[in-house]
Amino acid sequence: MTSHQSNFWNYYIFSKDHKMIAKQYLITGLIMALLGGLMAYVFRMQLAFPGEAVPGFGDVDSGTYNQLITLHGTIMVFWVGMPILLGAFGNFLIPLMIGADDMAFPTLNMMSYWTFFVSTLVLLASFFVEGGPASSGWTAYPPLSARPEYSGVMWGMNLWILAVALEFFSVLMGGVNYLTTTFNMRTKGMKFSRMPMFVWMQLAATVNFMFSVGPLIAGALMLLLDRTIGTSFFVPDKGGDPLLYQHLFWFFGHPEVYVLLLPSLGIVAEIIPTFSRKPLFGYKMILISTAFSSVLAFMVWAHHQFISGMDPRMAMPFGLLTIIISVPFAVVLFAYIATLWKGSITFTTPFLFAIAMIAEFLIGGVTGIINGAAAADIYVHDTYYVVSHFHFTLVPITIFGMLAGVYYWFPKFFGRMMNETLGKIHFWITAITFNVIFIPLLQMGMGGHQRRIPDPTEFEYLKGMMGMHKTATIALIILLIAQAFFIFNFFYSMYKGKKAEANPWKSTTLEWDAPSPPVAHGNFEVIPKVYRGPYEYSVPGCKQDWSPQSAETVN
Amino acid sequence: MSASTATNTVETEPMLAPHGRLGMWMFLASEVVVFGGLLASYIFARLRHSSWDEFASQTMTSIGCINTVLLLTSSLFIVLSHHWAERKDIKKSGKYMLWAILLGVLFLVFKGYEYQHEFAKGITPLTNLFWSYYFFITGLHALHIVIGLVINALTLREIRKGQNLQRVEVAGLYWHFVDVVWIFVFPLFYVAS
Ligand SMILES: [Cu+2]
Repeated sequence: MTSHQSNFWNYYIFSKDHKMIAKQYLITGLIMALLGGLMAYVFRMQLAFPGEAVPGFGDVDSGTYNQLITLHGTIMVFWVGMPILLGAFGNFLIPLMIGADDMAFPTLNMMSYWTFFVSTLVLLASFFVEGGPASSGWTAYPPLSARPEYSGVMWGMNLWILAVALEFFSVLMGGVNYLTTTFNMRTKGMKFSRMPMFVWMQLAATVNFMFSVGPLIAGALMLLLDRTIGTSFFVPDKGGDPLLYQHLFWFFGHPEVYVLLLPSLGIVAEIIPTFSRKPLFGYKMILISTAFSSVLAFMVWAHHQFISGMDPRMAMPFGLLTIIISVPFAVVLFAYIATLWKGSITFTTPFLFAIAMIAEFLIGGVTGIINGAAAADIYVHDTYYVVSHFHFTLVPITIFGMLAGVYYWFPKFFGRMMNETLGKIHFWITAITFNVIFIPLLQMGMGGHQRRIPDPTEFEYLKGMMGMHKTATIALIILLIAQAFFIFNFFYSMYKGKKAEANPWKSTTLEWDAPSPPVAHGNFEVIPKVYRGPYEYSVPGCKQDWSPQSAETVN
Repeated sequence: MSASTATNTVETEPMLAPHGRLGMWMFLASEVVVFGGLLASYIFARLRHSSWDEFASQTMTSIGCINTVLLLTSSLFIVLSHHWAERKDIKKSGKYMLWAILLGVLFLVFKGYEYQHEFAKGITPLTNLFWSYYFFITGLHALHIVIGLVINALTLREIRKGQNLQRVEVAGLYWHFVDVVWIFVFPLFYVAS
């Protein structure tokens, strides 16, 4: 162990403490979220008011438009979802929840963050090179991405590939840490059957990531070779196969959604029992469903490629498996809803975000069934319907899930409470405007509005949809402005918020045994032992309506 | 990896395996998928192009064979190094580790000779898709050999100091993995034609 971490560099910058690393991930991720959100502002303005200069940005030509949507997607998935849901929450909570003093490999943990940080710099650097950043969409399909002359972007795309590869490597290092820590460092009594759902979900997400990302790492290197030395892995002129890239990408891309979804479901699984004062319904059933869907996750990827030119006979099995994979997730969501049943619910901000996550993700899931069935998907493929569908899954997962987690664990992170009133204002505006953005997009997609069109007025049949474009854009602007409530609340509460006690929500899991914030070295004053399962709320015969995992007896 | 000191003082549930071994297994699991995806891509492409049999017959099977033997022997030496590290015999453990490293270096020398020979014949990664795959996959494997050699060299330094002997096993795991990858690469590029 490092002897002492009293000086600034060791404490704030090159920290090996999982709590500080979690904060580094959180802050970096939040800044990137802001950047991703502002990009959405620019291209949504272009869509609603094509040809007019965007206030604060200027003119958006079609090349810039492609760059903005590419980087928006890339940033939101890889630089917001992963660092916050895995990097920040996983790092902070896994050791605390299993009663460990730190991660298994603290140095590796530090290297993981700094690799991530370098990847962020590489991505940001791509904005400033000649030709600007990548413009081939966040999926970077070849042949568009495979030859610089096709998109007019040379170094921006190369840096994009490098940045994504570094980011994957960083998550891989984190994953090794998460798994080893969870398997090896659980405190006495923390059997697997007593582990909080959050830890299980981090575990499942990590496994999903580790077993899916490999082929894409290989694919990314091949793409880089195609672009730089001129090989033809993905370009047809010398026998290469663009479709192969799509397979490599989506073999990772589908599990990647679960890499984000599962931690978010883990966050919600902690919040719902706490605020309904009831045990989590169907703990075992949720675990079985998660395991089942994690296996199926590797067998559905071609549902993204129904019209890509792959063998159409493959559509049937992939479509069928896709419909089947919605069953375990329905089970999980119903288990969460059943937890609420007859609970004594307090509508705090984290709770509101948690149930909004469930409700909105449900819309995402239901709209996805149309994409999963090949015959129906062909009609809406590559339209705003798909855009809306995946935002109805990924926004609840990353944004709502993350915000629920931030509001809930803020006292543990920073030792102070966030303001509830500001939190509720933030919640209601965010939740309402989110729907006002994406419900019109669903309709536009049904109406045949293709995506990735910088100027819809160029097409006669799209002119009737400009009203919906404007509605969505105005809603987005309100949503972005409403985030000021969160940003202010976050930083104000960090310094001036009400001091938090160790267990402000009267919750049961081990992180609430540690002081708020936890002890700098070793988290707990005394490492607790575990005597019971994670969700013993309102146990019959007990006066106190929560029975902490660490309590030997509860009256 | 300084964590082992901390965990000894805290009572925990039974560990699955020592941290280092467990962590390395996890890492290798994801490495398996990298080469798995790559080799699967190559095999599918190969099945579609019957003309590739002819290119595959141009690879230098003799050198491929020698390299296979070199890596297998090197793996054996690292097993012996681990065997003696567990018995705290630093001298013997270090000796076998050195041999494992030397054979790894020899592998690279042969591989380099082979590349040079191919370049001399005018074969490059740009010649056609088969050679792109050949150079990329063997190149990526060679890169793993280099990384393995660095790990082994660092471990050898620890052995000579007589500390962190548990790392010999972890280094060995990685080295075996690189060996196993070659066992798949060798028939796919050198033998099958
Ligand atoms: Cu999918």
